[in-house]
Amino acid sequence: MTLAEGVQLVAFGLLVAMTLGGALGVVLLDNIVYSAFLLGGVFTSMAGLYILLNAGFVAAAQVLVYVGAVSVLILFGIMLVNKEQPFVPMRRAWLGKAATGGVCVGLFALLAASTLNTPWAISSEVPTGDMATAAIGIHFFTDYLLPFELASVLLLIALIGAIVLARREFIPDVAPGDLASEALQLPERPRELVSSVSASEPD
Amino acid sequence: MNQGIDLQGSFVNALVDLGLPAGAAKALWLPLPMVVILVGATVSIFVTVWLERKISAAAQQRIGPEFAGPLGTLQAAADGIKLIFKEDITPAKADPLLFTLGPAIVVIPVFLSYLIVPFGQNLVITDIGVGIFLWIALSSIAPIGLLMSGYSSNNKYSLLGGLRAAAQSISYEIPMALAVLAVVLMSNSLSTIDIVNQQSGYGILGWNIWRQPAGFLIFWIAALAECERLPFDLPEAEEELVAGYQTEYTGMKFGLFYVGSYVNLVLSALIVSILYLGGWEFPISVSWLAGLLGVSETTPWLQVITASVGIMMTLFKAYALVFIAVLLRWTVPRIRIDQLLDFGWKFLLPVSLVNLLLTAALKLAFPVAFGG
Repeated sequence: MTLAEGVQLVAFGLLVAMTLGGALGVVLLDNIVYSAFLLGGVFTSMAGLYILLNAGFVAAAQVLVYVGAVSVLILFGIMLVNKEQPFVPMRRAWLGKAATGGVCVGLFALLAASTLNTPWAISSEVPTGDMATAAIGIHFFTDYLLPFELASVLLLIALIGAIVLARREFIPDVAPGDLASEALQLPERPRELVSSVSASEPD
Repeated sequence: MNQGIDLQGSFVNALVDLGLPAGAAKALWLPLPMVVILVGATVSIFVTVWLERKISAAAQQRIGPEFAGPLGTLQAAADGIKLIFKEDITPAKADPLLFTLGPAIVVIPVFLSYLIVPFGQNLVITDIGVGIFLWIALSSIAPIGLLMSGYSSNNKYSLLGGLRAAAQSISYEIPMALAVLAVVLMSNSLSTIDIVNQQSGYGILGWNIWRQPAGFLIFWIAALAECERLPFDLPEAEEELVAGYQTEYTGMKFGLFYVGSYVNLVLSALIVSILYLGGWEFPISVSWLAGLLGVSETTPWLQVITASVGIMMTLFKAYALVFIAVLLRWTVPRIRIDQLLDFGWKFLLPVSLVNLLLTAALKLAFPVAFGG
C-alpha cells in the first residue's frame, strides 16, 4: 500500500465514523442546539467524502451551501425562537418512540436491500477532477437546463415568500388622545414606522 | 510557462541520494510548505499587530508601543505571553464544550485558506482547480464558530454579538462572491494562479483593478465587513455589546479570536492583491524587462530574483491594504446594524450583480481585453 492509499483509507474511515456518529447525534441528542451544530459537522464530513471522490467543486459547494448557509440558518432559527415550553412527561411515550424506531429500521432495511441488490454500473473512466467545474456548467446549460431553471424559480419563490413574511406592516395601536406629552419626548422628527422587522432576514 | 526551480524535486532527490526510499522522501517534503506557510501566517500577526498599534498611535498623535523590543516590535509577543499566563475561565452555566470549540472553529478555516494563496508561479501549497471558491466556502464556516461561542457563553451580549456577526458574515459574503465571480469570468478559471497569470504581461496596466474598479471596491468593503474591521465591527461594538461574542473569553481562547481576526485581515488583503492587484507581479513586467536585457527566462539567478520579487510584491501589496484598513479604522465612524444590513443587501448586492452582468457583456463585446 502506498502512502496515498493509506491516507485515503484512514481518511475514509474517519470521515465515515464522523458522518455516522454525527448523524446519530443529530437524531438522538436532547439538546437541539447540539443537534444543529452536529448537523454542520455531518455536512462537513460529507464534503470530505466528496474530496476523497475527486470532486473538489462539489465538496466546496457542499461546504458553502450546507455548512455556510443551511446550518447557519437552522442555528439562527433556533436562537431567535425563544419559546420555553414546559415539557410534560407523557404516559406510554415509549410507544411513539418504538413506532418511530420501527419505521426507521424498516426504511434502513429497505434502502440497504435495494443498495445491495442494485447492479451498480461502476465507471472505469478516470475522474475529471478539477475539470469538473466546467463539465457541471456545461450540463447545467444543456441537458439539465430545465431542472436547473426550475430549481432557481423555486428558490425565487421561497425568497419572495420570506420577504412577504418579514415585511408585516406594523400599525401601533395608540389612540390619538393618549400621546405622551411633548416635554417627555426627545427633540427629533417623528419617524414613520415602516415595518416591525428590520431587513435582517439572511439569504 | 516554464517549470522554474523545482524545490520539491531537488529536496526529494537529495534525500533519495542519502539513501531514503522515494516515498519517505516525499512524505518528508509534504509538511514543509505547510509549516512554512503556517509560520508565515503566524508571524504576519506580529507584523499586523505592530502596524495596527503604530499607525493607530500616529493617527492619534501618540508614540505607541516602544519599550518591548526595538520600536515596540515585540509588543504582540508580550501580549501573547500575557494571554497564555492568564487564567482560563469558563463562566458558570456556560456550555464548556461549545465554549472551547467556538474559537477553534473560527480560527481553523482562516488558516486553512492559506492553502490557495500563491506567492509566485510555483510558490503555493497546492494549485487546486477550485482555488478561490474554496476560500469563499471556508470563510462561510466562521459564522458557525461565532454563533457557537456567542450561544455557549450564557450571556446576552455574547449571544447578540454572535447573531450579529453571523448575520453580517452571511450578508456580505454574497456581494463578495459576486465580485469574485466577475474576476473569475475574466480569467476563465477559479485557480488563483490562473487569475494572477491572466493579469500578467503588461505590468501595472494589466491588473484587474483597471478592469474591475467597482468589483475592487465591493470586494474590499465586503472583506472589511467579513473581518469585522471598523466601520463594520458591530459584533463587538463596545458601547452596546461590551465585546460581543468575546465578552466571556479570557486567556488563550480570547487570544484565538484575536489571532483569527488578524490572520483573516492579512488573508483578505492577500486575496485582494491576488484578485485585483496582480498578485506577485511587479508593476513593470519582469519578463519584459528580462527580454529587454536579453536574459533568458530560464536563467537560475533570474528565477531566484523573480521568486523573491514575487514574494515581496505580494506581501507589499497586502500590507499596503492592511495600512489602508488601519487608516480607515480611525477615519470612518462605526455604522448601525440596520445601516449595515441595508448597505449590504440594498446597495452592495445590486451593484455587484450589475457589475457581474456588465463584465459578462464586456467579455462578449471585447474578448481581447476581458479574457474572452
